[in-house]
Amino acid sequence: MSDENVKKGRGGWLFLALVLFAYALLGLVNPEATGQALTFFTHVMDQMLPILGLVFVLLFVANLVLEPKRIRRYLGRESGMKGWVAAVLGGILSLGPIYPWYAMLGELRQKGMRNALIAAFLYSRAVKLPLLPLMIHYFGVAYTLILCLYLIIFSIISGIVVEKITPQKVE
Amino acid sequence: MLTGKHLRDSFRKTTRTFINVLPIIVGMILMTSLVVTVFPEQISSGLFGNGDILDTLLGASIGSIAAGHPLASYLLGGELLRGGVGLIAVTALLVTWVTVGIVQLPAEALMLGARFAVYRNIISFAAATAIAFLTVYTLQFLGLA
Repeated sequence: MSDENVKKGRGGWLFLALVLFAYALLGLVNPEATGQALTFFTHVMDQMLPILGLVFVLLFVANLVLEPKRIRRYLGRESGMKGWVAAVLGGILSLGPIYPWYAMLGELRQKGMRNALIAAFLYSRAVKLPLLPLMIHYFGVAYTLILCLYLIIFSIISGIVVEKITPQKVE
Repeated sequence: MLTGKHLRDSFRKTTRTFINVLPIIVGMILMTSLVVTVFPEQISSGLFGNGDILDTLLGASIGSIAAGHPLASYLLGGELLRGGVGLIAVTALLVTWVTVGIVQLPAEALMLGARFAVYRNIISFAAATAIAFLTVYTLQFLGLA
């Protein structure tokens, strides 16, 4: 495991510890409210467990099939319509924290990737395929589908607008 | 072609990701349970409840500042919705959570240029508010809300 992953893992556990500490403090001051909050938590977790299982499976499949190299191949300068499709799909399929993707996009721009495609890639990351079951659970199928459709449309619009505002020098 | 090693590596990577994310999910559910139980009315009538436009801008601003895992935004959004906050404001929060990054802005500026990063985030914020209204109005138009 890399240092970054170790830190990230520790950060999550630290966050959980802080929340548990807040519960302990509240438990001393107001045990009744703490009990109600824990009951609410148990209820939410009951509903959440099967969905978390599904999220695990989807993450596994994505890790199995997708590699950054493969996404990188289709985002070149002269990619045309294919480039848009690749940028949007790449953004949707890109997993994990944003920082490695900034680095990859920066590198690709130096090799000729358009600002429009970078912006489209970053915007379409809002469509999180592995998390869709959870979104459907909270907000419903129709809402999720319509929102994802608009996110895809606006990833292209924002790409076009960003490129108009921040044009690149053509060498 | 998928080999046993590839399967094992992917499984390990997924497990590692999941173990990293799990305390965040449990922590967020615990925190939202606490907030929703202790401050149920303050959430809906205190911060929010100032009309669609102001609520949407507030939701979008909260999402822009937040830097947690997207799962956390679903949990928070779902609980806000149950607490009486409007769907437009919640949608703006969900969208800016993953498209606007005030916390990540220095890193984005460093790697993609300050001008690009600032304009991209401003445009993403505007797009998120537009998406919030469009999504809810589309649902209403289709008779699904």
